[in-house]
Amino acid sequence: MANTLPKTPKLDELEKGGWPSFVKEIKMAAENSPMAADLLGQLEQSYTEKIGHWKHGGIVGVMGYGGGVIGRYSDLAAKFPNISHFHTMRINQPAGWFYNTKALRDICNIWEKHGSGLTNMHGSTGDIILLGTKTSELEPVFAELMKIDFDIGGSGSDVRTPSCCCGMARCEWACYDTMAACYDFTMTYQDELHRPAFPYKFKFKFSGCPNDCVASIARSDMSIIGTWRDDIQIDKNAVTEYATSGMDIKSEVVDYCPGKCIEWDGKELNIDNSYCRHCMHCINAMPKALRPGKDRGATILLGSKAPIIEGALLSSVLIPFYKMEPPYQELKDLIERIWDVWCEEGKNRERVGEFIQRVGLGNFLDAIELEPVAEMVAHPRENPYVFYEEYFEEGDGEGEEEEKEENE
Amino acid sequence: MAQATQERRTDYGPPHYQKFLPPIIKENYGKWKYHEVLKPGVMVHVSETGAQLYTVRSASGRLLSINKIRMYCDLADKYCDGFLRFTSRHNVEFLLTKKENIEPLIKDLKALGHPVGGIRNSISSIVHTQGWIHCHSAATDASGIVKSVMDELITYFENMKLPGKLRIALACCLNMCGAVHCSDIAILGIHRRPPRVDHANLKKVCEIPNVSASCPTAAIRPATVDGHPSVEVLEERCMYCANCYTVCPAMPLNDPLNDGVSIWVGGKVSNARHEPMFSKLAIPFLPNNPPRWPEVTGAVKNLVELWAKNAHKYERMGEWIERIGWPRFFKMAGIEFQKEHIDDFKHAGLTFKRSTHITF
Repeated sequence: MANTLPKTPKLDELEKGGWPSFVKEIKMAAENSPMAADLLGQLEQSYTEKIGHWKHGGIVGVMGYGGGVIGRYSDLAAKFPNISHFHTMRINQPAGWFYNTKALRDICNIWEKHGSGLTNMHGSTGDIILLGTKTSELEPVFAELMKIDFDIGGSGSDVRTPSCCCGMARCEWACYDTMAACYDFTMTYQDELHRPAFPYKFKFKFSGCPNDCVASIARSDMSIIGTWRDDIQIDKNAVTEYATSGMDIKSEVVDYCPGKCIEWDGKELNIDNSYCRHCMHCINAMPKALRPGKDRGATILLGSKAPIIEGALLSSVLIPFYKMEPPYQELKDLIERIWDVWCEEGKNRERVGEFIQRVGLGNFLDAIELEPVAEMVAHPRENPYVFYEEYFEEGDGEGEEEEKEENE
Repeated sequence: MAQATQERRTDYGPPHYQKFLPPIIKENYGKWKYHEVLKPGVMVHVSETGAQLYTVRSASGRLLSINKIRMYCDLADKYCDGFLRFTSRHNVEFLLTKKENIEPLIKDLKALGHPVGGIRNSISSIVHTQGWIHCHSAATDASGIVKSVMDELITYFENMKLPGKLRIALACCLNMCGAVHCSDIAILGIHRRPPRVDHANLKKVCEIPNVSASCPTAAIRPATVDGHPSVEVLEERCMYCANCYTVCPAMPLNDPLNDGVSIWVGGKVSNARHEPMFSKLAIPFLPNNPPRWPEVTGAVKNLVELWAKNAHKYERMGEWIERIGWPRFFKMAGIEFQKEHIDDFKHAGLTFKRSTHITF
């Protein structure tokens, strides 16, 4: 049943050119879906008027869950009735975004029957996005997803769907099993994921090495980034091979080392590992010759976020080195102490990173019972406004010194 | 309905990834030894056991129809036993064990309109968000700009001729749903006019304390306007971030006359060589000119080619700019430095040049 497509001269322009065309995707979906056809019409109007035509949010969902579905309503419902509701469902992706064709086809079949036929593979957090359906279709979609074992992802003030790099499935640099950890944490925190109860969102992202291919340090409240703490493994013959094949090891490797700890005399490469910053550059440059050490784990960082409200932040070091071994209980205990404090004292829509800025990292560490270590700071404070915590009072004589603590 | 409640499960999470791993990955999980890029978009991972896994990476838009997904499935069934994955930047990867299938797969992908590339020192794709296709707060469209820019720069996807990796990202507003704040080049949709407040309806759809609290510069305060409990915006304090609109539908900022796009440069996420860095403002405003946004496309192309011509091998854009200095960058890029480039938010003082390390 083909729909007559609306006239879209501006969008048609974007069918030309070498990059895959999203306009072609919408038109393909529109052959079967009146929703996609109306989307085309509304988008063309947006391109003409230079403004979007979606109303602000709306609470929709499936029974038992407080998130995972983003309500969306067109503000041109009279003209484009098929997208008067056009909600989005977030579906928790398999770790590492690995699929077999059966699973993908099953999802396509469900969406063909109940939605617009349009998806995002994937959303920025990592979920599969089923883009556009009516309120009445949400429960039927969920019922069918249940049958193929796909669950809904997070949205709102909850744990958002965790994501990870491909880790040990394909990468020689994975310093811990990112996919196992991502799956484990997703399952451990199902309740927190489906039922928003936090001041604001909380994201986990698992990267296997400091290259950070899922941008964990920039995009997740808790960043778990693989690293090692012993010596980089060197294959001397492979080093020689790189040199004889023409690699300028001095300018391409030695000169870039942030720790200035690599020596190359034209014959032998030596690394003073006690100054290694584990930045991955030398390994990136010489993958056949250099590999991360064997004593592997992860650096745990906390607090990254996008600009709104107090400015963008990168995550900062919480635990310099943690052995990532299931069930990761120590780390989970710490996470729960973090959530206890943040949930109790955090303001509405205050991310963990902003909360730490407001109360002070030192006080935050006290509250979560974590000892401060020098690895947590780029450098110590430069301003002298120190909250010394104890002072003596007059009359504290010898032998009966009594320290008074500041009243809080 | 009764059936739904009887059989209903919740909190069961995603399917276990083991179900979707090809045998070669299961057998070599955690045993990979090194990888090589054989040609643009094609790499081989070699295991300690000697096994070889080939990956073919193909361009894929974030927005995909189920038709296209089914076409990917057909290719995966034909060439690699039905196993494929997607990358963290929207591209699709086919996981092959048979080297002889690589060329036929590439040919079939190209016939579908999907070039192969994006590995190593190339542009991998542009991470982006919903734009006018789905978002209420978008100041620009995402997919249209991405398509326009990648059409223009496609040679840098299909080849490996750049000094290092180039990560371009686009956010249609300051919410930055793709976290573009650490990209080599970031394209950011922006507003330039304060919200128009619907005073009559605000109290029905918004919680006034939340609205005041949502403003980073304390520009919003409760006020009675025309007899309605509402809020007023101190316009000289408003920098159009639209967070108030995020919490209050009665304060829209979308405005075709003034909305547009800004360009940021120099961010990076990886720890390699230089620590991660935020992107910095390069071009404060370019207009929305759908469908192809020529001003944006032209500006991004100039920045890419300027960096490509001048950076050393491996140097990301931010590392290159740090080496040559920001004044030299502005000169070389032909961008006029203006008041908007100077930070004026909380920690602005930390960004001023407090030394005499100046090049002439």
